[in-house]
Amino acid sequence: MEIFEAVREIICDQLEIEDMDTITMKTSIMNDLEADSLDAVEVMMDIEDEFDIEIPDEDAENFTNIEDIVKYIEEKIA
Amino acid sequence: MTLSKKNALITGGSRGIGRAIAMELSRQGINIIITYNSSEEKALEVIKEVENNGVKGLAIKADVSTEEDVKNMMKTIKNQFDSVDILVNNAGVTKDNLLLRMKTEEWDKVMDTNLKGVYLCTKAVARGMMKKRYGKIINIASVVGISGNAGQGNYSASKAGVIGFTKSIAKELGSRGITVNGVAPGFVETDMTEVLSEDIKKHSLNMIPLKRFGKPEDIANVVGFLCSEKADYITGQIINVDGGMLM
Repeated sequence: MEIFEAVREIICDQLEIEDMDTITMKTSIMNDLEADSLDAVEVMMDIEDEFDIEIPDEDAENFTNIEDIVKYIEEKIA
Repeated sequence: MTLSKKNALITGGSRGIGRAIAMELSRQGINIIITYNSSEEKALEVIKEVENNGVKGLAIKADVSTEEDVKNMMKTIKNQFDSVDILVNNAGVTKDNLLLRMKTEEWDKVMDTNLKGVYLCTKAVARGMMKKRYGKIINIASVVGISGNAGQGNYSASKAGVIGFTKSIAKELGSRGITVNGVAPGFVETDMTEVLSEDIKKHSLNMIPLKRFGKPEDIANVVGFLCSEKADYITGQIINVDGGMLM
């Protein structure tokens, strides 16, 4: 849950979303939040910094929603 | 020492055009960080002079074509400055030769410093600028990147590359409040052109409608304008500063 909160905060910061509740585990950054590819890259880089991990492009391409990202981070920091 | 809000990183700032740019921006109250490769003494002189203009100054020894040096440079900058708001990619070298005589090392050296260096330094500062939603990147190209020049296959290719890069990155980063422009000098009196033969100089002068060579300050004035808020709506442009040599 903590990871989800942190990811949510990063996304809201980047996309200037005020209502955090618009973002759920099933939200897709690109499709639901109208983020462009540059936004997506910035979100990934912020996540890398926050959790001190590296997310290769090949992995990032597979994310369809926030849940995928949260699971990925869980595995990486476990 | 005044507290200035903006910081500029100028690569190759110890001599010639880079030095003039450091002076010009410091007069605008912008803190100055310069990189130098070999001329440490001259770099420190520049820092002394910009500090006389009331801004902070820092000289860093760095080869902009190596990732390691650029990384270390950014670390040093982060320790002393909050951000890099302005980047002037100015560091450049020439290794002139006719194609048939050109050595691969001459080709590589010029491409590495003039083009790869621009890529590495721009990448290094881009993220900070994106976060701040502000940034001005000015790349020093050359008119020969547009016109071509016999004996400068490597140099003109690198500068044409810089022009293409300038336009691409202007498109990429525009939505983040970052402008990216190029200045293309013609024949400017610096150490780089000092070594050319009298014949070439005479021939070049004949090609310049304004009948004089450029001074480093002629270039610095335009860079100063592009760094100012007066140029906020200009991006992806290459401005020739060449006395009319190329039209």
